[in-house]
Order: sequence, then structure tokens, then C-alpha cells
Amino acid sequence: MTALEVTDLKHRYGERESLRGLSFSVARGDLFALLGPNGGGKTTLFRIISTLIAPTSGTVEVFGTDVVRQPAAARRQLGVVFQSAAIDPWLTVLENLRHHGYLYGLSGPALARGIERGLERFGLTPRAGDRVGTLSGGLRRRVELAKALLPEPPLLILDEPSSGLDPAARRDLLQELRRLRDDEGTTVVLTTHLIEEAAVADRVGILHEGQLVAIGAPADLVANLPARAPTLDDVFTHHTGSGLSS
Amino acid sequence: MILATYSLWRRDVLRFLRQPSRIVGALLTPVIFWFVIGSGLGTSFQPATGEAGFLPYYFPGSLALIVLFTALFSTISIIEDRQEGFLQGVLASPAPRASIVLGKALGSMTLALVNGAVFMLLLPVSGLSPGAGEILAAMASVALLGLALGGLGIMIAWPMRSTQGFHGIMNAVLVPMWLLSGALFPATGASGWVQALMRVNPLTPAVEILRAFLTGVPAANLASAAGTVAVFALVTLSISTLLVSRPSQ
Repeated sequence: MTALEVTDLKHRYGERESLRGLSFSVARGDLFALLGPNGGGKTTLFRIISTLIAPTSGTVEVFGTDVVRQPAAARRQLGVVFQSAAIDPWLTVLENLRHHGYLYGLSGPALARGIERGLERFGLTPRAGDRVGTLSGGLRRRVELAKALLPEPPLLILDEPSSGLDPAARRDLLQELRRLRDDEGTTVVLTTHLIEEAAVADRVGILHEGQLVAIGAPADLVANLPARAPTLDDVFTHHTGSGLSS
Repeated sequence: MILATYSLWRRDVLRFLRQPSRIVGALLTPVIFWFVIGSGLGTSFQPATGEAGFLPYYFPGSLALIVLFTALFSTISIIEDRQEGFLQGVLASPAPRASIVLGKALGSMTLALVNGAVFMLLLPVSGLSPGAGEILAAMASVALLGLALGGLGIMIAWPMRSTQGFHGIMNAVLVPMWLLSGALFPATGASGWVQALMRVNPLTPAVEILRAFLTGVPAANLASAAGTVAVFALVTLSISTLLVSRPSQ
């Protein structure tokens, strides 16, 4: 069974068509990157997968569960890290994690163990009693990750997870995502507009103007180009007709 | 359902304890209104029902205004939570949508009870002397009204994208609703259209109940007034749950 199955997905908001018949799937245990410029439809797709908005047509299935028809069941399979902070700055790290556990129906010793593990894994134990509002951007992102992983979701999705992080924190994050895939078999889907971030994924989908223009392992995408010594950057330019920085 | 409701309620209360100025503002304006308007009108106000002056007449109405302000101010945080991102984390979780509404409305109710209780400390200087049982009954009414207005606040805040819009509705609709609830003047002697509006206003029976318990002026029909407020709460909470459950486009 695939972890994520997107079939002919369309989304239209007024005159604006942000997704134009998108289809792809992500295998269980893969680290998958959706690469595209801002405004290319990544965040719309992300919001549909995370059940926040409904598509105009088409389907999204998370481990076989349709996110529109069975949102509650789909939400149980998903860990979500949004681009903007979904934690309360007025609460402490511990309170935020506990709150998240309660929302997922966790309680008692199981929740306490999960929180302890999350704090340890992300080096947050000494900051557990601090209000999130007093933490640095990098630490906050770690709280977000610890929070999203608390219910042990089989699929973790992240929207531009490294935005606002310095290079060191970005490296740590990518390393953590790979560790999750390797040690726990978690499927990871992230969106990014950074070539170097997409390059570490098992597979990359290039999203351009609401359509998937290329999909495959980074090495295969590069190998398929006629140019001499191409890079993933060239792959992107080849398929979209423009560079990411433009 | 219960865990999620509890957690959202607890978050609201914790946030209040950590930044109380936001809700204390909801207490101060009505207290100042009560004292200044009450003292200003003084004995020139002569209610048909036989109270001593305007301060005592106006006390239950001020309590209702405190509940209105507190409950609605606490639901404005929905708009901020949406802008800042906290709300999307809640919506992407499997928590039942009704628990999202209930947690918020119970938070509004709790804060209304706290502010209401603080206002009750002014009873000794208000010229009113209800017994302990009456005070408890009035607080129970505050709780029910807080729940209903919390539901109303969620209904208004949910589709809104800016807090300015919320303040606009508050000034254009909710404050007039309070003015026409019998809080400031009784229906007897008002023009026909005002009387008609007062009759259909769901705040009117709430003020009537508070007045009955605190001033001893009997309400025409306490049970039916309480029933109306309970139905008001049920309606606002149900509509809020429908709004929150509806997937956005």
C-alpha cells in the first residue's frame, strides 16, 4: 500500500487555478520532496493533504484513507508541521506537547513517555519548562517536530520546514528526517523551494504552475538530461523553463 | 472528545492567567460605566418596579455587559490563532470539531465567571443585598450566558480574517443588543419598536434573570426566561459546530 496517493487533484479558488490535475504517489518509507517555487501550488497541496481545505476535484488518500470522505481517520495517520508555527508562545514546551497529545487522545503514562522521548530526541529536555515565545526559531522548529511526532504518525508532512533556519539547524533537521525514515520507517513528505534540500530526498516531484512536470530519484532526473554534467538545478530549469531564484 | 475539550479549555485559562490585561479590560469598562452613569443619573431615574435608584437598577445590566465583553474578547483569539498558525494545528488533529467549539465556549464561560465574581465584590456598595443563594443562582446564570455568548463569539469570529472586523460587529450589533436588553432602561415606557426589539432579544431574559436574583424584583416567568437563554446557548453552540465542521475551500 502506498503512503500517499494523489489522483487528478484540482483546486480552484475563484479565477485562480492553483492545482491542475496533479497525480503522484509516495511509497511507504520514502523521503519525498515536492520542489517548486513559491506560488507553484505546494502550500495548497499541503493544505489539502492535511485536511484543512477541500480540493475542487480529485482525491488524496493517506494509507488508503480518503482525506475528504474520512478526514478524522486520515488525521490519525498524519503528523503535520506547518510553515507558520502551530504552537502557543504563551505555553511552555511541555504544555504545548501535552496539549497536542490530548488532541490526539493520548493521556496518562503513554503520553508522559512519549513526551519524555520527544524532549530527549530533540534536545529539549532542559527547555521543557520554558515558554515557547522565549525560544529561538531553530528550537521552536524542534518543538514543532517533537509535537508532530508525538502520536507516532506513519506519515509526516512538512511545509517548507527549513524556512527561517540557519544552515546548521537546516542540516540537523534533514538529518533528523533521514533518521526517522531509517530507524522508524516513517514516510516523510516535505515541500521546499531549495534544490539542495530536495537533493537529499529519495524521490523528488517538481511542481510548476499547479502541475507535476517531473518525478523521480534525484540521480535519475539528472541522468535523464541531455546537458553535460547537469545538476538538479538544470533539471528544474529544463522542465519549468525558469530558475527557482527567478 | 473530553480530553480535547479539556485541553483547549485549559489553554484558554492558562493564557488568561499569563496575560490577564486582555480580559481585565472587559471588566473595567462596564464597571466605570456602571459607576459614572449610575451616579450621574442618580435618583433622577425612577423605575416603575420600585428600586431605590439607578445604581442598583443598573447593576445586573452591568454584570451582563461584563459577561458579553469577557466572552466575546476571549473568542477574538480564534482570529489571532488563525493568523498565527495555532489553529491549523488543532484543525489538522483528529479532535472532534464539537470539542473545538466546546473547549473555547467553556473557556469564555470560565473567564466570564471570574470577571463576574470580581464585579460581585462591588455588591456591598451597590445598594443591593442579595443572599448567598441568590448570588449563587446569579453566578449560575452568568455561566449559562457566558456559554451562549461564547458560542455567539465563535460564530462571529470563525469566518473573520481580521480582528478589526470583529470589533466592528461588536460595536454595530452586540453593544446595541445589550442596550436593548433592559440593562440600561426598562421596556415599560419605551417606544413600540424598541419594546418589540427588546422582546426578541435573547439578552433580555438573561438580564431579567440576573435582576430577579440580585435585586429581588421578581421576573415575570423565571423558568421560561432561563429556558430561552438555554436555547440561545444551544443554538449558538450548534451553529458554531456546523461552521467549524464545514471544510473550507
